[in-house]
Amino acid sequence: MGKVVVVTSGKGGVGKTTSTAALGAAVARTGKKVALVDFDVGLRNLDLIMGAERRVVFDLVNVIQGTAKLSQALIRDKRLETLYLLPASQTRDKDALTEEGVEEVIARLRSVFDYVFCDSPAGIERGAQLAMRFADEAVIVTNPEVSSVRDSDRIIGLLDARTMKAEQGELVQKHVLVTRYDAARASRGEMLSIDDVLEILSTPLLGIIPESQDVLRASNLGSPVTLSEPLNGAAKAYLEAARRLEGEDLPVVVPFERKGFLDRLLGRRAA
Amino acid sequence: MSILDLFKRRTSAPVARERLQLLLAYERQSRGQPDLVSILREEIMAVIAKHVQIDQDYLQVSMDRGATMSTLEIDIQIPNKSAAPLAMAG
Repeated sequence: MGKVVVVTSGKGGVGKTTSTAALGAAVARTGKKVALVDFDVGLRNLDLIMGAERRVVFDLVNVIQGTAKLSQALIRDKRLETLYLLPASQTRDKDALTEEGVEEVIARLRSVFDYVFCDSPAGIERGAQLAMRFADEAVIVTNPEVSSVRDSDRIIGLLDARTMKAEQGELVQKHVLVTRYDAARASRGEMLSIDDVLEILSTPLLGIIPESQDVLRASNLGSPVTLSEPLNGAAKAYLEAARRLEGEDLPVVVPFERKGFLDRLLGRRAA
Repeated sequence: MSILDLFKRRTSAPVARERLQLLLAYERQSRGQPDLVSILREEIMAVIAKHVQIDQDYLQVSMDRGATMSTLEIDIQIPNKSAAPLAMAG
């Protein structure tokens, strides 16, 4: 039985889709079978971030409505044979998803894959609630910034109340993934610190992803950063976060500002 | 950071622009109506279904939408007539 992990945040634009792709690819690199499911019906983007946008034939709504088989809708990654994508529909709206349909698709994915990552849409409405509904674990993507932390707190509340596990008296295991962390600004006291974020959310930390050009470049090229440049800072942070997600006890190192002479001269910020 | 990295950095935005242009051209054109490749897929399947029963389990459809050319691949496994009674017996 595979594990179902929802990647969620409440707030939009914090890095859910990027993190879903990066974490999913990181786990798939270890040989585990991984499915990435895009729940953002009508505004899908995981296909684009994965570089599979030209190959979408069927989608999640087709599978739920029975017009396509699950095996036909799953797109196998061209780089990693253990990595699959189930795209969201671009032409329907979120009402096309039914709870029963989602339940069945998740159950079937769970029986075939080691990990099922559900990329949640922003917000707290139906789409976001269906994405988290059957999750065993949750990755809450948070930027060190007031509105993002507030929305994460709201999402944590929903995870503890509206998920199947919660209703059965169990708990969805929650992890905070801090993204777009800018060490220079944090050191100047201009940004919420990791300790602040963790204290406010009182949820364990999965990792800290530094603000990085690597992530933007990976999105431009349509490749998860953990596949395209696994040795760079953000990718390393994602790879470590993935190992923690798989249960490894790895300490989290808070990125610190490292400025070389040239960086100082040009006023550049280090990643 | 090496000089190579600097060059690599420069090349990613044009790739992004090209990918987006291709995707958006397709999405704008197909908004509200199925695209040509989907129509072809449906009609080809209908023609084949007239002659043999298509088992959804033995059907794979793949597409690759390109700027100047798209490919549509339909992979259907058609059971041999002679094999059918055996399968029924099993």
